[in-house]
Amino acid sequence: MNLLLLLIVPLIAAIGIMLSPRVSALRQISLAASLVQLVLVGWLLFQMLNTRSVSAQPLYFEQVYQWFPSWNIQFHIGVDGIAISMMILTALVVLAGVLVSWQESILPKEFFFLLMFLSLGAYGFFMARDIFTLFFFLELAVIPKFLLIGIWGSGQKEYSAMKLALMLMAGSALVFVGLTGIYLEAHSFDLFVLSATHFPVAFQYLFYPLLFIGFGIFAALFPFHTWVPDGHASAPTAASMFLAGISMKLGGYGCLRVASFLMPDAAIHYAPVIIVLSTCAILYGAFVTLLQSDLKYMNAYSSVSHCGFVMLGIGVFNTTSVYGAILQMISHGLMTALFFAAIGMIYYRTHTRKIDELGGLLAKLPFISTVFVIAGLCSLGLPGLSGFVAEMTVFVGSWEDKSLWVRSATVLSCASIVVTAVYILRATGKVIMGPIRETFVALSDAVWYEKMAAIFLLAGIFVMGIAPFLLQYIIGNEAATIVNRGAQVLINK
Amino acid sequence: MLVYEWLILKQEIFLSLLIVGILLLWLFRDLSNETWIRIMNIFLFVNILIGFTGFHYGKLFGDTFLSSPLILFEKVLLSFALWLISLFSYGWLRKMKNLPEFYLLLLTSLLGMYIMLSAGNLLLFYLGLEMSTLPLAGAANFEFNSKKSSESAMKLVLSSAFSSAILLMGISWLYGMMGSLDYAVISTQIGHSPLSILAFLLILSGFAFKISAVPFHLWTADVYQGAPVAVTAFLSVVSKSAVIMVMIPFLYQTFEEKIDVWYPALIMLALASVLVANLFAVQQLNLKRLLAFSSIAQVGFLLIGLSAHSQTGATSVLFFLIIYLFSNLAAFGVVSVLSSDYGKEDIQQLSGLYSTHPFLSWVLALSLFSLAGIPPTAGFFGKFFLLLSGANKGNYWVIAIAAINMVISLYYYLRVVKTIFMNHPVTHMENKPLAFPVKFALIICLLGILVVGFLGGFYEHIFQLLNGIN
Repeated sequence: MNLLLLLIVPLIAAIGIMLSPRVSALRQISLAASLVQLVLVGWLLFQMLNTRSVSAQPLYFEQVYQWFPSWNIQFHIGVDGIAISMMILTALVVLAGVLVSWQESILPKEFFFLLMFLSLGAYGFFMARDIFTLFFFLELAVIPKFLLIGIWGSGQKEYSAMKLALMLMAGSALVFVGLTGIYLEAHSFDLFVLSATHFPVAFQYLFYPLLFIGFGIFAALFPFHTWVPDGHASAPTAASMFLAGISMKLGGYGCLRVASFLMPDAAIHYAPVIIVLSTCAILYGAFVTLLQSDLKYMNAYSSVSHCGFVMLGIGVFNTTSVYGAILQMISHGLMTALFFAAIGMIYYRTHTRKIDELGGLLAKLPFISTVFVIAGLCSLGLPGLSGFVAEMTVFVGSWEDKSLWVRSATVLSCASIVVTAVYILRATGKVIMGPIRETFVALSDAVWYEKMAAIFLLAGIFVMGIAPFLLQYIIGNEAATIVNRGAQVLINK
Repeated sequence: MLVYEWLILKQEIFLSLLIVGILLLWLFRDLSNETWIRIMNIFLFVNILIGFTGFHYGKLFGDTFLSSPLILFEKVLLSFALWLISLFSYGWLRKMKNLPEFYLLLLTSLLGMYIMLSAGNLLLFYLGLEMSTLPLAGAANFEFNSKKSSESAMKLVLSSAFSSAILLMGISWLYGMMGSLDYAVISTQIGHSPLSILAFLLILSGFAFKISAVPFHLWTADVYQGAPVAVTAFLSVVSKSAVIMVMIPFLYQTFEEKIDVWYPALIMLALASVLVANLFAVQQLNLKRLLAFSSIAQVGFLLIGLSAHSQTGATSVLFFLIIYLFSNLAAFGVVSVLSSDYGKEDIQQLSGLYSTHPFLSWVLALSLFSLAGIPPTAGFFGKFFLLLSGANKGNYWVIAIAAINMVISLYYYLRVVKTIFMNHPVTHMENKPLAFPVKFALIICLLGILVVGFLGGFYEHIFQLLNGIN
């Protein structure tokens, strides 16, 4: 299959949306495009598994085009297991995002256009095998996010939009300096060529922090996470879903695929710092979440906490922990998108997101309440749902590290689950259970598009929770490849 | 001497004939403004096409006038920019008295730039430079009844006279040292005497004045704000590009000996330009002033690329100039419409522009994104390559400062975008339809912004043109 299709479909859909005369038409175009994307990604996965049983390749559906020959830059795309699983996540979240925003009435054309544009950027990012291309797609998504939050957002939206755009741009500026360094060292941007280059250790020590922090800002690395709560809380539902579900994963993926993969010496050298920062993020995020009274802020801060697990897994840098980090990225993407969708549905009906002003929704909104509860349980790591699988793997991975203080960090991070349970159960209790308020008596439950959106995400969560071996089969080898470079460094020492 | 050798002068000949033709036509025929504009747009387009007619290589007048595919290409670019400016200023030009004068002045200035680009001798270069600058002072004063316009013309004349004096001082010292002003002689005989360094620094300062690099930028904002938008666009895009195009062979070939002088000087100018201009731009309330400071910052980025002293560096500079041409002209095109049709030049007055003028808003937003260097606009590619080539000497801290400045610049560009898209309209703006030439020019700019960056082949083409530059 031609990978370019995954870029062309959103592009054509975006152009079609801009040209479409009626609101209903642009909804249909967006829905059709996101369904096609899902089918394409599924077909991609199927084909990859088919070829894989015959021969183990590092990369599938590879394509190389000359782009800027005098700089030795190619447009090089291709996917492996990690990329495909992230693309599945993207397809699911985008589909759900389109469905959730079905009734968008303010400037719907521009809204869906930007949404399609965001998905284009995410696919491009995950399939890029050349870090110039990767950087291009990383920055591509900044402006649509700015506009989505600033135009369709709520609360202090302009402040949040500006903060998000500037912080993410600062992140990409750091990444850019890192890329410049890599290029001058290896004279190539191609990941395949770069992975064969061994960068001098002093060079790695200088440039690894730039790349890691740069991508880390996207992934809410503590203490650069401050754009997350404001951005997520101000954004319209679909944009929150995209931001938390996919955009933060771009950062995690970049940390793993570019920073730690290319500079394993530095990854091991700086591991203590990363582990400390991610433990801070996990605990800080969890405790701050306790104090939130707004559902969206609650989920945004809990995202900081959950993304801390991704960084912890990358920081510990062994096969299990990296595998866990990838699982956590996917799991968190699905779970948080579902949570934001549920919050959006509740907000659409009750016009409030304050936990204290809600109550007893189960009686009138059974479907939405169920979704809310499942998302919450997934967040606190209930076995059988994706969160448990992912967090457990990260813990097991970081416990494998025998040094005392990594283990203490693991224990501390584990303890955050208790805090998570407190805020999730409290919010669920207040919002879902209890007597219903008289203002909410007339509310009606989810309609077909909202149900569809939730069902797609729920399916992902359940499949991952019940049959994690499927993902193990897709991702396992690649996670090992990344870590092996680090293991090689340790052996050489 | 054969006649066809003279054909390397084809563009200069055509422009001279055109200028004389305008004068004669003006004398004998009383045409309406609309007709004038139509005629001129056609001739300006023909002027672009003439660049594609062959006769690339040659030298004339004892090697003082040179031509090569590269020079031809640069001339075509400048002509193209003038054509776009003429198209998008339609609404403003239509209302002007003495319209042919405007074209006379700008065409003379363009002719001066052609000569400047083709010069193989400092004297001819100086002649071209003056010829390109002086008419602009007249053009800047084109709104006779506006005091600001006169003020800006006065400032332009004074500051350019000052910078020319400095430049001329440097040139005369060089002549005193070597007895020749031919580039070929200079490049081989300049040596390392202290006087030659001083002379070179004076010449470089003269250049810095023309491209308004910090600390030689003080005239820029006032002139840009006061002059009519069309002239501001010409100043910020065409004049600047021409001088930077000249700087490439100038620094890389003629004064290559002096690299240990100009390299640190360029880096200092560049960093001062990006920092100071960005910090000033953050405070601006007027869109034209904002664009003035942003163009100073862009010059800073260009100088970083220019400091690379490599073929890729020169290519990136030219490539960025093309992108800058499209982006800046798109921005000025929108400003021109807003200022001539609605009398609005302040950022605050653009609140909620999107609700009434979606097309103009998108053009302005995309051009600002391109100036900020954000994908998918071409500016991303332009900036990326500029900085990448600037880093090739391993000076990462320069790149780091430049990258930080990209974040600062994003702030003030986004502030405009925020005002357009997110604020509520203050006053109701009725939607006047755009004139066809304006729309056409804006669409060309938009295509340029969206497409040029992706054209790796085009970049390669420029790379080939610059073969042997280093």
